[in-house]
Amino acid sequence: MILHPGIIALVIGSIILLVMLLFSAFLGLLIIVRWDMESSSAYQLSLERKTYLISSVMSFVLSFEVLSIFLFIYTVDDLHRQFVGAMCATGSLNANPVGWYLLYLKIFLFFLSALWIGINHVDQRTEGFPLVRLKYTLLIIMAPLVAAEVYLMLRYFLNLNPDIITSCCGALFSGEGQGLASSLSSLPARPMEYALFLTAGLYILICIVSLRVRKSLFRYLVGLMSTVFFIVSIMAVVSFISLYFYELPTHHCPFDILQGFYHYVGYPLYGSLFGASVLGMLVGVLEILGHRFRDNTEIEHYQRTWTFFSLILTGIFLLITIYPMVFSSFTLEGY
Amino acid sequence: MRKHLKILEYALSSLWRRKFKSLGIIAVFSLIIFTLSSILLLTYAFKREAMEVLRGAPELIVQRISAGRHEMIPSWYGKRIQEIPGVGMVIPRYWGYYYDPSTGGNYTVMAAAGRGDRKLEMLSGKYPPAGGEVVVGKGVAESRFLSEGSRIPIKGSDGQVRNFIVAGIFTDESSLLTNDLIIMSLMDFRDVFKTGNERATDLVVQVFNPDEVENVARKIREIFPDTRPITRKEILRTYDTLFDWRSGMVLTMFGGALLAFIILAWDKAAGLSAEERHEIGILKAIGWETSDIMELRFWEGFVTSSVSFLTGLIGGYLHIFFFGASIFAPALKGWSVIFPSFRLLPYLNPYQVVVLMFLTVIPYMAATIFPSWKAAITDPDVVMRG
Repeated sequence: MILHPGIIALVIGSIILLVMLLFSAFLGLLIIVRWDMESSSAYQLSLERKTYLISSVMSFVLSFEVLSIFLFIYTVDDLHRQFVGAMCATGSLNANPVGWYLLYLKIFLFFLSALWIGINHVDQRTEGFPLVRLKYTLLIIMAPLVAAEVYLMLRYFLNLNPDIITSCCGALFSGEGQGLASSLSSLPARPMEYALFLTAGLYILICIVSLRVRKSLFRYLVGLMSTVFFIVSIMAVVSFISLYFYELPTHHCPFDILQGFYHYVGYPLYGSLFGASVLGMLVGVLEILGHRFRDNTEIEHYQRTWTFFSLILTGIFLLITIYPMVFSSFTLEGY
Repeated sequence: MRKHLKILEYALSSLWRRKFKSLGIIAVFSLIIFTLSSILLLTYAFKREAMEVLRGAPELIVQRISAGRHEMIPSWYGKRIQEIPGVGMVIPRYWGYYYDPSTGGNYTVMAAAGRGDRKLEMLSGKYPPAGGEVVVGKGVAESRFLSEGSRIPIKGSDGQVRNFIVAGIFTDESSLLTNDLIIMSLMDFRDVFKTGNERATDLVVQVFNPDEVENVARKIREIFPDTRPITRKEILRTYDTLFDWRSGMVLTMFGGALLAFIILAWDKAAGLSAEERHEIGILKAIGWETSDIMELRFWEGFVTSSVSFLTGLIGGYLHIFFFGASIFAPALKGWSVIFPSFRLLPYLNPYQVVVLMFLTVIPYMAATIFPSWKAAITDPDVVMRG
């Protein structure tokens, strides 16, 4: 175990959050079982009051869940100096492979948390709590996931041993190796560029159309395309975006861009990408849930706002991506 | 939006109405954050200082190990090492420790020959010292009240006291390394410590290609199994781990204090006075929703924690970088009788702020959410009836 301040903060913070989450999941279970909107009994009233507690606790817990992914990545990145052979977060994650599962789980929970916050936000501002059951079912699904996250985190940090010789990102994210990271890296740059800009263009187009034309088809498409856009973008980061930042045709690491040497450009890059995708997904999810609401104008208002902000964040992501392609002297012509 | 601002305004006014209660919480919370931020900032500053010092350190040092302990290394080892392809110069270094009974301090004694050409910022006098002369660090000069031309007695391994003349006093860009240093000529060094003519303390090996350092170290180990090559990267890594570990230790120790504070915060938030209950009752009677009251509580917590957070953080910053970390330095710096008084370079990054937030604000918010909900759901008629 390495007693690093960042690790202590993550562990203490996550355990507190987990306890609060388990508590609200328990209350959530009670609510799902006993909820009866028509009843006017004292018990139903007390349940309705508990929803206030749960939504405050959850907005708090999940906002920190969203923050914690960045703290985690930074901590892992900061730890790399203590491992022989590590040059960035990849090395620290390789030092104890549990770290990779933890990272994937954290990304998944990031999206789930953000969706929950969005749904809760809408639900609290409409009459009759139409999404109560859904919200609390989601909550009960999330509780074991967060518990798993804390468990993996403890296993990861407790078994980190500075004596381990780990492999760095140059070895993992190279075209020659086996496995997911290598196959992503060996994706040819030029077709990947077309793929990214086509997807992004399509996504922007659909967003604009859905802002103009009030058809539910386009909102479904926004939700769907944002997911596609996210996956393609992550592939593109490994395949060619990172190359432009490093100005090295062979270095595909998605973590090095988070370092100070590259002016922490990874944080706005990933931040805008994650934000844009989450907002797009929310639009789609709300459209699926739309029939549960009595009044759809309110929902539409939220969808339009989110689509708009998703558009802006997509724009920021693209600007950050295009900037080095246009202004640096590095080109990928020969590759 | 307007509604939220109005609630914030009400929260501020209600905090102001209960000045003493709010100030009590803020004071204690600030103190906690002050302590934790001092620890964090100090270790980061030390780390940077160590990195700064080690940037000028040699890429590769070779020591000789005998029976598991550090031994003087014969000079001919160096000639053999120099034949390894890719190795530039091999410079023998001569240094050791000298315990000075009159001040109780441990000085580092070095021969001028092995120091290489590292920059030295002279305060006064000349460098390098001739036979019978020494150049001393600022810390040594201050503890023994030395000035240029005064004499410093040093007792050799043979028990005889030699009087050296102080030829100069210096400081380096980082005082952590040179403060306790005494530099003399190689002849004098051999005479004082009786090391013999063909033996050095360790060897500094210059490697042309930094990527080859590990390879050269491996070859040296193969040729001389009784040596221990130490690369600069290893030293950096050790320092990194060491400082992380120290700050982690101290943070864990202060965990108890944090816990005590959380209990206090819970207690303060849970124990509402009759007057506060009355107020919530009236607010609800005039049309506030439960969620509005929760929001009011949230803003109160937000204001309290941000004011305390900023106060504590600024306090910690001033403490570390302007008052020389007077409270915590002994625990984190290490132990020595003469230690340089130094001013650390101010340095604060967003990461430290986020770590600090995770350590303090999350527990605080977690402790106040439940009591504030309890208060918010009270029925107006229950409280107003008394």
